[in-house]
Amino acid sequence: MLNLWRKIRAHGRVAEPPVGGRGYPLVPGLRGSVQVRHVDAGSCGGCEVEIGAAFGPVYDAERYGARLVASPRHADALLVTGVVTRNMSEPLRRTYDAVPAPKLVVAVGDCARDCGVFKGAYGVAGAVGDVLPVDAEVAGCPPRPEAIVAAVRGLTGR
Amino acid sequence: MTRLGIAGGIIQVVVITGGAPLLAGVMRQVRARLEGRAGPGIGQPWRDLRKLLRKEPVTPAGTSELFRIAPLVLLATTVTVAGVAPFVTDTSAVGPAADLFAVAALLAMGTATLALAAIDTGTAFGGMGASREMTIMALAEPTLLVAVFALSVRAGSTSLAAVVTATLRDPARVLSPAGLLAAAALALVTVAETGRLPVDNPATHLELTMVHEAMILEYAGPDLALVELASSMRLAVFLGVLATLFTPWGIATTAAPLALAAGTAAFAAKVGLLGAALAAGEVFMAKLRLFRVPELLAGSFLLALLAVTASYFLAV
Repeated sequence: MLNLWRKIRAHGRVAEPPVGGRGYPLVPGLRGSVQVRHVDAGSCGGCEVEIGAAFGPVYDAERYGARLVASPRHADALLVTGVVTRNMSEPLRRTYDAVPAPKLVVAVGDCARDCGVFKGAYGVAGAVGDVLPVDAEVAGCPPRPEAIVAAVRGLTGR
Repeated sequence: MTRLGIAGGIIQVVVITGGAPLLAGVMRQVRARLEGRAGPGIGQPWRDLRKLLRKEPVTPAGTSELFRIAPLVLLATTVTVAGVAPFVTDTSAVGPAADLFAVAALLAMGTATLALAAIDTGTAFGGMGASREMTIMALAEPTLLVAVFALSVRAGSTSLAAVVTATLRDPARVLSPAGLLAAAALALVTVAETGRLPVDNPATHLELTMVHEAMILEYAGPDLALVELASSMRLAVFLGVLATLFTPWGIATTAAPLALAAGTAAFAAKVGLLGAALAAGEVFMAKLRLFRVPELLAGSFLLALLAVTASYFLAV
């Protein structure tokens, strides 16, 4: 415990200063607070690592009022990663239906935007836009945490 | 009903309703800073609540009225306790309701109703969360009663207001063996009943480790806002009981405006400090395995039992 305390003292604040400007909220009712449910619709795992980094101590997306939650019922925005596989298209649609309005969908990564390297593969039902109405996109394979943070700031407007 | 009691009741309800989300915000901010984060600021829980209240209410298919009234029952019981317990003033607006057994029963009723609502959803995680919450409650509730009973033995009454008055008259009691043992037992109960580490992790996203969170997975919008508000108020109430029983100094004993203001400030400071200390302590802790939780709670029950024994045999 003393060891941990020394580490806390030595490192202080590891969160980097905010990058980019504050966005404007896409939906006024979600100003300052957006709870995010992450859905992996068929990702390789790269985008998950970057989302983990974006909500980790260094990029700290939570300081802009976003929070990862465990249930779509608690969520305001879905963060969808990966191509939508045939097996995940129905669960993804059901997850979207479980979110109370107003709700937003963010397609994270090239696969979610336009199927990326998996375009035309036999198990792929399409990009996220083919299944759900997409409100914001984050480009990159995988996207940098800064880009995910910028998209999150665009939702909360902080 | 005295003027002091009524004034205290109104102030307490207002302060706890308005301040409980801020307390949650302070605790999250303390944790964020110790983790090296910047943190969303102490107003974030209020921003979340404001947004949730504006969202569309969703009721899952197949749920009954119980699911809909549970958040109201949880909030109503918590508001009642916030109003009657002696937090800001040493007199209660409704004397009989400030009784140890009434307060413990009201708090248990809120939890039990939420557990029933969780079972009502029919989901696997709802039932799992409910059974875990009931296991913890069944073990924590006797400790709560026995620990406060150790204090009421010497006050000669189970009324919380009487215990507080007796402690004010004889401050040395707090440092007696019975007082210290009861404080330790009650602190563990507070951690268990409000779902904090090491019993439950309020920030978990893993359904398998959830206790309280698993019960409210199906709530959305305004209902979720009520549940979140009530949960943070429960935390404030439990910390308030801990503070008022063991450090009642500063509590208002007259209905003079200055005394009431001082009582309110003292209460807010005590609960804020306790909350910050709890949040800081949580950083150094991991969640206990579920099967180890009963051992922890059995330990706290032992402390409470020793406290009662000490209050009989080591009476000064």
